[in-house]
Amino acid sequence: MLYREAGDYKTTYTEDSQTFPIKLDRIGYYSVLIIAFLVVPFVINDYWANAVLVPFLIYAIAVLGLNILVGYCGQLSLGTGGFMAVGAYACYKLMTGFPDLNIFFCVILAGFVTAAVGMLFGLPSLRIKGFYLAVATLAAQFFLVWLFNKVPWFYNYSASGQISSPERTLGGIAITGPHTEAWAKYLFCLVFVFLLAWLARNLTRGNLGRSWMAIRDMDIAAEIIGVNPLKAKLTAFGVSSFFIGVAGALFFAVYLGAAEVGEAFGIQKSFLILFMVIIGGLGSIFGSFAGAAFLVLLPVLLKNVLVGGLGWQTDIAAHLEFVIVGGLIITFLILEPHGLAQLWRIIKEKLRLWPFPH
Amino acid sequence: MSLDEGYTTPDGRKIGAVVMEMKNITLRFGGVVAIENISFDIRQGEIRAIIGPNGAGKSSMLNVINGFYHPQEGEIWYKGAQRQAMKPHAIARQGIARTFQNIALFNGMSTLDNIMTGRLTHMKSSLLMQAIWKGPAEREESEQREKVEKIIDFLEIQSIRKTPVGRLPYGLQKRVELARALAAEPTLLLLDEPMAGMNVEEKEDMSRFILDVNDEFGTTIALIEHDMGVVMDISDRVVVMDYGKKIGDGTPEEVINNQEVIDAYLGVAHD
Ligand SMILES: Nc1ncnc2c1ncn2[C@@H]1O[C@H](COP(=O)(O)OP(=O)(O)OP(=O)(O)O)[C@@H](O)[C@H]1O
Ligand SMILES: [Mg+2]
Repeated sequence: MLYREAGDYKTTYTEDSQTFPIKLDRIGYYSVLIIAFLVVPFVINDYWANAVLVPFLIYAIAVLGLNILVGYCGQLSLGTGGFMAVGAYACYKLMTGFPDLNIFFCVILAGFVTAAVGMLFGLPSLRIKGFYLAVATLAAQFFLVWLFNKVPWFYNYSASGQISSPERTLGGIAITGPHTEAWAKYLFCLVFVFLLAWLARNLTRGNLGRSWMAIRDMDIAAEIIGVNPLKAKLTAFGVSSFFIGVAGALFFAVYLGAAEVGEAFGIQKSFLILFMVIIGGLGSIFGSFAGAAFLVLLPVLLKNVLVGGLGWQTDIAAHLEFVIVGGLIITFLILEPHGLAQLWRIIKEKLRLWPFPH
Repeated sequence: MSLDEGYTTPDGRKIGAVVMEMKNITLRFGGVVAIENISFDIRQGEIRAIIGPNGAGKSSMLNVINGFYHPQEGEIWYKGAQRQAMKPHAIARQGIARTFQNIALFNGMSTLDNIMTGRLTHMKSSLLMQAIWKGPAEREESEQREKVEKIIDFLEIQSIRKTPVGRLPYGLQKRVELARALAAEPTLLLLDEPMAGMNVEEKEDMSRFILDVNDEFGTTIALIEHDMGVVMDISDRVVVMDYGKKIGDGTPEEVINNQEVIDAYLGVAHD
């Protein structure tokens, strides 16, 4: 009854195309922001930061990035793990090569490096589509992991072959390194999530976003309308890889602290993020958050309920997780390709009309 | 009728100089000759029909005009200059828009977004401006939206503005596709069977829209149509194709009295 657009008239085209046209949605959005920025940092502890919130935030960035490429532009990629590795190694080289460079800029620059690499690997998309493109990006995934393993320059010739992030501070507060507090990690990632979600929304709402979707929906018609496929696909690869690179940099520098490329950024990461996109909803910003939240929370929940509560063995709980995720992927692909975001939209539609559908 | 300055139609419309001239176009797909040595012109402000039996090469001709197919032989002259081979998206920027025989809308997008995409060639804000959104990008979006709303009013599709196009009935999808092409404000509008599969009433609506577009915006239109009644009603001049060859060219009255044309059509009827 309360969820209405009646009485909430739009008098300009700008108002008509705003992000949250319905008042209750706007209130909800601002409440989430206030809680995320002003409440959570004061109550967060190590467990919540490391098990749930920080990975959720970082995955959300990667999912937004992959969603731009797959969900908006229709170019399937299985190279997400590899591109995250590019972000991580770029960040590592920047942190160690320029110790005075602000960590914030290290992460941003790592994003730009990844954008360039992503565009390079996006070039085949001009010739090949669908399954063949997926295979090409899969090759990129394996090549990148191999490269970071093989060339010692990337890991500064460390004996272990690992990279580990030195301590970096922002205004005297540690953001990376072993002495970082939970709230600082969380807040640093949250700022990136906020900025990048805003960026993603802006880039998908206008001209560029429509040219991506046009390529996705009907590439021949798109080109005949005036979309330059080269430009549309390469910008999608670039923007997407920027997001994924930032996510990789944060994942390594802030979340893990130390990483071995095959383990942290292997093919399983590519699939995890793709699954988040599918479960959350292709071509939806909200869905990107929903998908990331769902797949971060599911194992935590299963572990707490099954292992902690019912006394199951860890490996059985882990297997059950595979079964659930696999089942959900199939269900969503067959029944609801627009994922959780679409389910949410349907619920809202029902609410809006309830109890009088006309 | 062959005057360079153009001519005046029986209903008093002024037709201008030649905007598009096809000279000796030949298009082959392997052994199949889809278009064989065809020449014709399209004049400013004209409604030019292309007719012919199935497989005659009509759609291929439109595909040549908008650069989707490149003919092996022949010259294309547009706005007084010979056109070099270029990509379809570059040709779109020169003011050529079209609709498709099989509807080619962007199904994941709303009616409004489909039509807004049609204005792409008029939008200039860079990636950076769009990333910031506030300021130039937002302003441009509103300005373009205003233009699109005029087209929405013109084609009477206000009520389906926010509907995903995949959910629309066939007739409306055809209309949205026309709207998307019109949004480009083309010099030359190509329509590939805009009335195929429509009932009489829908055909009348569509004919009226085509005439109104031509009249109000002065848009030059080349259209493919099978319904001879419609062709007789709305077109100024007609090209008739059969098996990739041009077998007639002239006013509707001239072509329906042309023996070769009659034979081609009767031949098809008895096939
Ligand atoms: N891409 C292509 N590859 C091979 N052959 C083609 C291609 N496009 C068209 N053709 C052939 O060219 C010929 C003309 O086809 P076209 O689609 O232009 O005919 P049409 O006049 O539009 O027919 P219809 O009335 O059925 O739409 C046909 O023989 C067709 O098979
Ligand atoms: Mg055809």
